Amino acid sequence: MRITINFAALRQIQWHEYLTRFLLGGAITVATGLIAKHFGPVIGGLFVAFPAIFPAGATLIEKHERDKKRRAGIPQTIRGRLAAALDARGTAMGTIALAGFALVVWKLLPAYPAAVVLVAALSAWLVLAVLMWRLRKLHVYFSVRR
Amino acid sequence: MFHLQIHELASRRSADTPDNPLGVIIMGMEWVERFFVGGLIVSAFAVIGDVLRPKGFAGLFGAAPSVALGTLTLTLLTEGKSYAALEARSMIAGALAFLAYALACAYLMGRKHIRAAPTAIAMLLVWGVCAFGLWSTLLR
Repeated sequence: MRITINFAALRQIQWHEYLTRFLLGGAITVATGLIAKHFGPVIGGLFVAFPAIFPAGATLIEKHERDKKRRAGIPQTIRGRLAAALDARGTAMGTIALAGFALVVWKLLPAYPAAVVLVAALSAWLVLAVLMWRLRKLHVYFSVRR
Repeated sequence: MFHLQIHELASRRSADTPDNPLGVIIMGMEWVERFFVGGLIVSAFAVIGDVLRPKGFAGLFGAAPSVALGTLTLTLLTEGKSYAALEARSMIAGALAFLAYALACAYLMGRKHIRAAPTAIAMLLVWGVCAFGLWSTLLR
C-alpha cells in the first residue's frame, strides 16, 4: 500500500479541533515539566511518553467516519470504531519508534551536542516508524501462510 | 551513578526556587513558553498525521515524539544534559507502557467495538500500571 498525502483531509477538521490539540499539547508539556520539577526527572520522564493526544485523535477519527456514513444515509455503523482501532494499531507501531527516539537521546546526549542528538533521535524515530510499518506486512504474510 | 545524579539534581531543584517577585515572573514566563512550544509542536505533528494516508501509517504519528521534543528541548536549556538524559531513560519505560495502552485500545475498539472516547480514557489506567510497574522494577 502506497503512502500518500491528502491535503483535502485538512478541510474536514474544524478550528476548535486544532485548538483542542494545541491546548492539550501545551497542557501536557507544562504538566510534564511540573511533574519533573516536583518528583524529579525519573518520574517526569515517564510522562514525556504519556498518551495525552491519542484520546482526542481517536475520538475525532471515530466522529469523522461516523459523520461520513451518516451523510451517506447509514445512521448505525461501527466503521468509526474500526478506523480508530486502525489508528491505534499504527500508534502501537509508533511507540517502538518512540522508545528508539528515547534510547538515542539517553545514550548520546552526554557525549554529543544537544542539537545533533535531537536531530539524530528524530531521524531514528522516522526510520524506525517506517521500518515498523514495512514489517507489519510480515505479520500478514505469516497469517496467510498458517 | 544514576542514583547519585538523581539526588544531586533533586537537591538543586529545591535550592533554585525563586523568592523574589522577579524570579516568580521569569518562572511564570518559562511555563507560558513551555505551553506554546508544546502546543505548536504537538499541533504540527497532528497535522502531518491528518494528511497522511493510509490511516494505519498516519497512526504512527499518534506516537510521534512531539511532547518529547518540546519537553527535552526546554529541559536542555534550563536543566542541562544530565537531567534531560535521565528523562529520556524513563521515557523508554513510558513508551513501552504506551505500546501496551495502544494495543489494548486497538483490541477493544477493533474487536469488541467499544466507542473510542471511553476506551481511550479508561485504558490510561493500563498506561499508568505499566509505566509505574516498569519504574518500580527497573528504574527506582
